[in-house]
Amino acid sequence: MSTVSAPSSAEVQTVVAARRLRDVRTVFIGVGRPSTAAILARMVHNPELVLVYESGTIGAKPFHIPLSIGDGELAQTADAVVSVPEMFNYWISPGRIDVAFLGAAQVDRFANLNSTVIGDYEHPRTRLPGAGGAPEIAASCGEVVVVAPHSKRTFVAKLDFLTTVGHGDGPGARELLGFRGRGPTAVITDLGVLEPDPETCELRLTTVHEGVEPDQVREATGWELALAPEIAITPPPSDDELAALRELVSR
Amino acid sequence: MAEIVSLGEGVAELVRDGNSVALEGFTHLIPFAAGHELLRQGRSELELIRMTPDLLYDQLIGMGVARRLVFSYGGNPGVGSLHRFRDAIEHGWPRAIELDEHSHAGMANRYAAGAADMPFAVMRGYRGTDLAAHAHLAPITCPFTGETLVAVPALRPDVAIVHAQEADRQGNVQLWGIPGVQKEAILASQRSLVTVERIVKELEPRPGGIVIPHWVIDAVAEAPGGSLPSYSLGITERDNEFYRFWDEVSRDRQAFTAWMQEHVLGEVAAR
Repeated sequence: MSTVSAPSSAEVQTVVAARRLRDVRTVFIGVGRPSTAAILARMVHNPELVLVYESGTIGAKPFHIPLSIGDGELAQTADAVVSVPEMFNYWISPGRIDVAFLGAAQVDRFANLNSTVIGDYEHPRTRLPGAGGAPEIAASCGEVVVVAPHSKRTFVAKLDFLTTVGHGDGPGARELLGFRGRGPTAVITDLGVLEPDPETCELRLTTVHEGVEPDQVREATGWELALAPEIAITPPPSDDELAALRELVSR
Repeated sequence: MAEIVSLGEGVAELVRDGNSVALEGFTHLIPFAAGHELLRQGRSELELIRMTPDLLYDQLIGMGVARRLVFSYGGNPGVGSLHRFRDAIEHGWPRAIELDEHSHAGMANRYAAGAADMPFAVMRGYRGTDLAAHAHLAPITCPFTGETLVAVPALRPDVAIVHAQEADRQGNVQLWGIPGVQKEAILASQRSLVTVERIVKELEPRPGGIVIPHWVIDAVAEAPGGSLPSYSLGITERDNEFYRFWDEVSRDRQAFTAWMQEHVLGEVAAR
């Protein structure tokens, strides 16, 4: 009998993201849930995992979840600290990083991302922070895992602005653009996991978290979401995973 | 040849109305004290350049001193929106600002080109994005392989302002921790001001330390705590609470203005 209380959907999302890093050497992360997931992965799955933050810290080993990508602890625990031009020109662009975790305000059916504006670029309804490192990170890292909350606001039929190319307009788009990386391989949400169909590159629902119905995910998606022939159910967080996550958050 | 000056003198000598000014520091070593001095001296019509505008440019934009913003990520790191930045773009308050928007890789390469005195930098980037239509860039063909690449124009600010941990009495500067694009910003700019936590007799080499020789810097000013609420590794700590607090105070135009009057401009009377 488990002594740990049931996980929240946010905790499940973080645990599922951390599991993607089991057999990975290097991961590029921003702040927020991806950062928490990557630190959790180092704690329970992959102690050798190299965390790379765009502030220039390579091999950071934070004890606390950092608020910003440039917190002092990241620099103090890193194997190497490099300048921003070096980070992009020597490390990211040549494709030295295996996996990149990215977030976005909008995601479309080909896992293209918008983090620039809602509405028109010149007269936006909502001005978002902008690209940051995402376009080049998504082009060059080995693969991209998108972590986003599941709602119709986020999963839209058409992006207001294409900040970061996922699979473009479908098969062959990345090759045509000359990208090195494979692009998005998964979108992890608080409801389940979407993965690109190998034939069409279009995202389809492959996994739901425990207690979530596929119809619920379709209703929270702004396009007619395709379903994989067989939909898996996320193995629930183990007591070890959950205890480690909660301990990490409480530090 | 760096002159050791007061912060007030440094800003007065080096920054003029209408200048393009890069206050750099990637999350770390953000030159808040110098930015506040720009406000106190009433500089106006500035072109503000910075990869991550952060709270400092939110404050400068909200006070109306920016006519143009050159940037790549305008968020409050780990917290959310920059509300003054958003208000200026969404509603033109207190004035509309022109944008020159890039990706981080683009901005970093633009600085590096400026530092190298090259007219542009070559990179793989922006491809397939809507940003490509808005950013100032051009395709370029590799003369050796025929590959189509992207050229981004060099950044050449009138003035660079950065913060560092230490300078010696000759004005040689050393910074350590996250190095951002500070060295590139100084070398790309016509004039430069470095504020430091302390001036020491002799620089002691630090692991990962970057030394910038005095003869490429115009002025060095002591400004202890001058990067707060960001931080100077080993000397001050990032004030994460302030970053969260800013999210509240900056949401409201009046609360923002009152806070700036009291905590930034009010220091004029205090001195």
